[in-house]
Amino acid sequence: MASDPASPQATAPGPPPPAAGPAPRRSRLDRYLAPKEPIPRTLAFVLGVSCFALVIGIWALLSYTGQVRSYFLPTPVTTARTLYDMFAHQGFIHDVWASTYRIMLGFLIAAAIAVPLGIAIGAFRVVQAFFEPLIAAVRYMPASAFIPLLIIWLGIANGEKIAVIWIGVFFPLALLIADVSANVPKEFLNIAYTLGASRWQVFWRVLVPACWPGVVDNLRIAVGWAWTYLIVAELVAANTGIGHVILSASRFLQTDQIIAGIITIGILGLLTDAIFRWLHRTLFPYTERVSR
Amino acid sequence: MSAIAAHDVSMVFPTRRGEVRAIDHVSMEIPDASFACIVGASGCGKSTLLNIMAGLVEPTSGSVTVDGSPIRGAGADRGMVFQSYTLYPWLKVRENIEFGLALKGASKRERRRVSDSLLGEMGLREFERAYPRELSGGMQQRAAIARALANDPKVLLMDEPFGALDALTRASAQRFLTEVWEQHRRTIAFVTHDIEEAIFLGDTVFVMSPRPGRIREVIAVELPRPRTLDDLGSPAFADLKRRILSLILESDGAAAA
Repeated sequence: MASDPASPQATAPGPPPPAAGPAPRRSRLDRYLAPKEPIPRTLAFVLGVSCFALVIGIWALLSYTGQVRSYFLPTPVTTARTLYDMFAHQGFIHDVWASTYRIMLGFLIAAAIAVPLGIAIGAFRVVQAFFEPLIAAVRYMPASAFIPLLIIWLGIANGEKIAVIWIGVFFPLALLIADVSANVPKEFLNIAYTLGASRWQVFWRVLVPACWPGVVDNLRIAVGWAWTYLIVAELVAANTGIGHVILSASRFLQTDQIIAGIITIGILGLLTDAIFRWLHRTLFPYTERVSR
Repeated sequence: MSAIAAHDVSMVFPTRRGEVRAIDHVSMEIPDASFACIVGASGCGKSTLLNIMAGLVEPTSGSVTVDGSPIRGAGADRGMVFQSYTLYPWLKVRENIEFGLALKGASKRERRRVSDSLLGEMGLREFERAYPRELSGGMQQRAAIARALANDPKVLLMDEPFGALDALTRASAQRFLTEVWEQHRRTIAFVTHDIEEAIFLGDTVFVMSPRPGRIREVIAVELPRPRTLDDLGSPAFADLKRRILSLILESDGAAAA
């Protein structure tokens, strides 16, 4: 490195740098590009928005210039208009509701069993030894592979969709919750014992409360899987739902409706994520903020 | 009468390479209201011994008595403080301190009375409504000591409680603990690998040697109390330190050979 006195790295003999505090001043950009350095919130917001803008920009560029034909890729404006039209005139809201309803029911039933079972698996070796091998095995069977079987058993009504979501969510979620429960520090339990707690008290007053933040965090992740499995189930066979709308649109080469449907799923996903984050912040003010 | 005593306690762990004798026929007695420190190199079994005294670990053989009667598992008569920060993160400081009383079903007024006095004593009054993560490490350990004391235990078992603190916080925590001990006059068993800490705090220092874990020697610390920083430089202190250090090094060499 040349001993340029203007360079902040210059330590070679020469005139000392002009008074600039103990550390050489770095430019802002330089600071923001250092690993793990925090950045201002406004900058974070602007960056997030510009990424969306970039994607939409490329999309607009490809579609408006005619680089990609409109029945492959409609313009952003056409898509937005279609989305509005679907809600306003084509009763898309009923499909959105149908999908949301299936998600809620399937996810709630899965979570209602996976959370207590997972906590018990992580806490009690007996429960773990009994359930974990089976759950671990089923977890590797893709929920979508059950769809044909479930159609035979349950038809193509809500029951089948809910069952697909249940299979897709329950098994991995139970294992994640088991991990949360198993990772509760042993010292937390031991302290309670030395304070005179019974086993029952240790379980309900220490282990379970210690699990809650991790439980909500994993529910947030699991609800994302629920969307994936639901749409797969609706794509295979359904009379209503967002997946059904997307598949019908595909038959008639209505690319704008397909993209509008996908965007709707994205927005609903963001919404559920926001709800879970809010829940986490409100219920567990004592934890550090989570991200991911 | 000894407040807490171990009688011929042995602890054998099975491992893949065969059995490891973590504690080998250890007997020790800690008199009522005295401060005992247990020092030794890491892996000498001192923490295991403490856990056995707490009743959290069942020894392979031998027994532990409190006031002469054998213990059966963990109990509220033996409070514990660990090295890691073990305050319950979902409870505020006051609720953490009251936790043992709440388990017993003590009335709200009773809980308040106890936590009020301990919050004051520990200098945590301003933080009663703070969550543990808002506290510094030193404050968290003070709150953990308060939580143990709130239960009015016969014996306080401490497993390197100041091990995670920086040197300065640690020095003040040690002085603070001495004051608490002089105030409450509990029997304390304090595990540490810091020889100076052991001498500064203890009436007695049990020196342990590793593999198998044994009590190598019991040393009475006859420095007058209250001990001050000046004592750290006194010849008596230096003598004790040298003696304990050589015991530990010697036994370490013997084990390595």
